[in-house]
Amino acid sequence: MNQWAFVTAAYAVTFIGTALVSIHSWRAMRSAERQADALSTRD
Amino acid sequence: MHRFANPARFLKIARPLTGWFFWLGLVLLLAGAGCGLFLTPADYLQGQTVRILYIHVPAAWLGMGGWTGIAIAALMQLVWRHPLAAVAGRAIAGPGALFTAICLATGSIWGRPTWGTWWEWDGRMTSMLVLLFLYLGYIALANASARQAEQGGVSSVTAIFGLVGAVNIPIINRSVVWWNSLHQGPSITLRGSSIDGSLLWPLGLTLLGFSLWFGAIVLMRMRTILARNKVEARMRRLTRG
Repeated sequence: MNQWAFVTAAYAVTFIGTALVSIHSWRAMRSAERQADALSTRD
Repeated sequence: MHRFANPARFLKIARPLTGWFFWLGLVLLLAGAGCGLFLTPADYLQGQTVRILYIHVPAAWLGMGGWTGIAIAALMQLVWRHPLAAVAGRAIAGPGALFTAICLATGSIWGRPTWGTWWEWDGRMTSMLVLLFLYLGYIALANASARQAEQGGVSSVTAIFGLVGAVNIPIINRSVVWWNSLHQGPSITLRGSSIDGSLLWPLGLTLLGFSLWFGAIVLMRMRTILARNKVEARMRRLTRG
């Protein structure tokens, strides 16, 4: 049994999962703040 | 804490902190993972699979820490009516669920070569799975009651759910002591660690790195909720004329 295959799988799951959530959170934040800023500048 | 009750004051601090937390967390995480993968020796019994420790343990602590944060936020919302506490509780739920899922997945991957099984219905694994279900329930409840909640936070019922769910945290912590389990007993306690120092040191880096990353995601989600609140409030004012 190649132990490195399990280690690689564990690290891949972790980094892919956290990267996806980070990117999703960042994009949602940018879009929401852009909308809010656009409304403020319209005032 | 009431100093930060004003969203504008909170955002003034949160904006620069988000970037700092994210990039510093990423650097520490990559350094810790690199050291854990390539510099530390293999374990005499578990071999190379011991390297999963550097991601599994922080994920477990952050999964439990996240729910503790939700419970504290719920208490602040229910007792002191802190306006940002509900927003914080809602923002913590997503990354908390993520790290709980990562803990379960990496634990399962670690279990196969070490115990010879992907899963065992013992106290530690089952209580951790219950925590993931609690997170999913909290997220569903928070989304369903978002309209009744004030300022994009969570409703009182969701906050009470967050408080009651905290009973699972000490159960997870003590599960390896209370019940026989394939999972090892507590190896890192307040009194010290049973893990050799040559294996342990990168854990500090990944733990701090993941914690900062968790903080960055929570701040991003809080900023998103606050910006959406601002847009909704403005739209309501416009429709009223």
